[in-house]
Amino acid sequence: MLPLMKPFVTPAALATKLRVEHVNMVFNRDGDSTHVLNDINLEVGDGEFVCLLGPSGCGKSTLLSTMAGFLSPTGGDIRIDGEVVRGPDPRRIFVFQERGVFPWLTVEGNIGFGLFKLPRAERERRIAYYVKMVGLEGFEKTYPPELSGGMKQRLEVARALAVNPDMLFLDEPFGALDSITRLIMRGELLRIWEAERKTIIFVTHDIDEAVQLADRVVVMSARPATIQQIVTIDVPHPRDISSPHYLELRDGIFKQIGLAHKL
Amino acid sequence: MKSLAEPKRWERYFWPTLVSALLLVLWHYCVIWTNTRIFPSPLDVERGMAELLRENILWSDIADSLRRVAIGFGGAVILGVPLGLLFGWYPPVNQVVNPTMQILRPISPIAWIPVSIIFFGVGDSPAIFLIFLGAFFPIVVACVDGVSNVPSVSRRAGRNFGLAPWQLLAKVVFPAALPQIIVGLRIALGIAWLVVVAAEMIAVDSGLGYLVIDSRNSGKRYDLVVAAMLLIGVIGLTLDLGFRRLEKIKSVRWGFRNES
Amino acid sequence: MKYADGRIPRRRDIPRPPIGHLRYTFFTLLDRLSLTNIKILDVNRPSISNLLVRLRPVAFITLFLTIWQFAISRHPVHLLPTPVEVVGGIGDLVQHGLLLKYVVASLFRVTWGYVLAVVLAIPLGLAIGWSRRAEMAFNPLIQILRPISPLAWIPIAILWFGVGDLAAIFLIFLGCFLPLLLTAINAVQSIPAVYINAGRNFGLGSVELVYRVLYPAVVPQLIVGLRITLGIAWLVVVAAEMIAVNSGLGFLIVDARNAGNRYDLVVAGMVLIGIIGLLLDMGIRSLEKVKSFRWSYSED
Repeated sequence: MLPLMKPFVTPAALATKLRVEHVNMVFNRDGDSTHVLNDINLEVGDGEFVCLLGPSGCGKSTLLSTMAGFLSPTGGDIRIDGEVVRGPDPRRIFVFQERGVFPWLTVEGNIGFGLFKLPRAERERRIAYYVKMVGLEGFEKTYPPELSGGMKQRLEVARALAVNPDMLFLDEPFGALDSITRLIMRGELLRIWEAERKTIIFVTHDIDEAVQLADRVVVMSARPATIQQIVTIDVPHPRDISSPHYLELRDGIFKQIGLAHKL
Repeated sequence: MKSLAEPKRWERYFWPTLVSALLLVLWHYCVIWTNTRIFPSPLDVERGMAELLRENILWSDIADSLRRVAIGFGGAVILGVPLGLLFGWYPPVNQVVNPTMQILRPISPIAWIPVSIIFFGVGDSPAIFLIFLGAFFPIVVACVDGVSNVPSVSRRAGRNFGLAPWQLLAKVVFPAALPQIIVGLRIALGIAWLVVVAAEMIAVDSGLGYLVIDSRNSGKRYDLVVAAMLLIGVIGLTLDLGFRRLEKIKSVRWGFRNES
Repeated sequence: MKYADGRIPRRRDIPRPPIGHLRYTFFTLLDRLSLTNIKILDVNRPSISNLLVRLRPVAFITLFLTIWQFAISRHPVHLLPTPVEVVGGIGDLVQHGLLLKYVVASLFRVTWGYVLAVVLAIPLGLAIGWSRRAEMAFNPLIQILRPISPLAWIPIAILWFGVGDLAAIFLIFLGCFLPLLLTAINAVQSIPAVYINAGRNFGLGSVELVYRVLYPAVVPQLIVGLRITLGIAWLVVVAAEMIAVNSGLGFLIVDARNAGNRYDLVVAGMVLIGIIGLLLDMGIRSLEKVKSFRWSYSED
């Protein structure tokens, strides 16, 4: 089910797409200040699939939002393609959980949302293409409240892809789905990644998910978050999740986070 | 869920009919027992209603009331929705104007009659102004609340796709706030209907409110009074139900809880 | 605020968070919940700036009043008073002892009508909401009565109660009764079934279920309904006094105009109505802050 992919390439050979340098984040609210991110340094290559992994509330979503330009770091900066990130941009689309879909637009309306600058024929062509790619044929005129969780998530991914961004940021996108749908969606995401080869940064708290999907897993500590470890998953896709090397990497991360792998 | 057994379908018609019939009977007998000569019985009211329907005055009264509501409410929508969106979009503006609105809001529109007459003379216009006042504040408040309640996820998504601020307002914030705005409009319409009746009782010479007061003043025709009241209730209810239809439109329906 | 290495940034180094906009929205929501807590403030700014922000609405009102004053002084509109004259009018009322008398009369009627409505409508509404059949039975009746303005009941009120306090109280009662009834019915119907089931699971009998599960669950919604209905009561009392009684703030407005075109008193009356209505509203909002009621407002 996890599809055949091109041979795995080490990060050093890729051009740097995203560079995070000494990023700090402090939130001030009503006089209390919370130190959320502490001296984060990270480089992500073009076309890489990177996972940010950590317990809930550790700040990985904050880091992702900062990378996407929705928040400004208190200190340090973030560069994409060499330019400092100053705000959100259609070249890097953020995929929220399914609730990011616009409920007042149909499936077609949502996917076509970012395409308002295109001529009509082109727009419709693209919408049709992406509807097919995420497997929502037949639901073009349906409204989101009538779709299942998995379908809404696919819709959101299609909406993101339709504008042809360079980067995708996904914030626990499968968190609201049941575990069977989650497995299916992981396969779908990898399939799409193979087809379009975007740079993807994916936030999750699920260790298995991270190891199944990513080229590199960035393990983050609890708040104030730092990068504890970056694990390179050099298992080629399709990944055999019972191969010894896979299990070794996975157990390594378990230990890093401080969990025993016996329950 | 709370009663012991789920009510059956026929019960939906049975119980209200039963209770209403009982109340009518009770009303009828109260009138008989107290030997009142003024207060009408249900039959008197029915006869009065027929009388009104026959004479043309009723229809022109209804038309007058509806016309005033249409103009006053329409004006409140045209002015109130953009203003409300603006206030919601720029919270500092809201912060400046809000206290003034909070002081003006508890003043019953009826209390504005003397001032309104200064500005608008006599006739329809002061009444329409009152309706406008009554509907304006709820509409603005609903718009402000609607805009504030747009989830930040939707706003972020909109910005992410490169929308300029005015595009964000038009394509994301407004559709997202629309369910709440529509509820506000429906409530404001209900208020407009209340105000028009009250305004007609004081300041103008036609309309359903005037009919109520006039029926009493010229001849103590309480049967017509009650008939007019019932008409007011029915028309008001019809307006409300009509508006609720709007809430069923698909691109807005998502904002309303599914009622069983 | 400091950088991570302890330096204090200069003012122009402080990044303006793009979420500043969202923060404003967030604080506007707070503002809605309590008027006295206006916090559209950027907490990074020093506090003189905050004070000025707080004064902005006052400045707005002052500006408005100044414009009003000058507009009328230059081009006197027939009968319309200036703000100064309005204040003079209020002074007049205080001098003649009428202010207190009228305010008390209005408040007296509101209190009686409102309390009567609360005492009758809420238990009735809770009972009706509890039973699906009862709700079905009474709903059409309620829906027809609801759009009828309380003022349309004036002829009947005068017939039954004559001209005076009782008629006014009756009208206020009418204006408050149905909205409260509907609020109570709604509140009961929106109790999540899980609460009732949990209560039954723990063996609560019907009576206990009512006061240990039903009542606490409906209280937040009831309080919101109480606040809205108090506002309605205040609107109705003023209108009722303009038509049907001989004292009170509403009567002041009508009387001041009829007996001598004292528009300064008319506007003074309006201003007083607005202020007292606002105070009533703020008073009942403070009820919303009582801790044991706050559980349902936690999603700020």
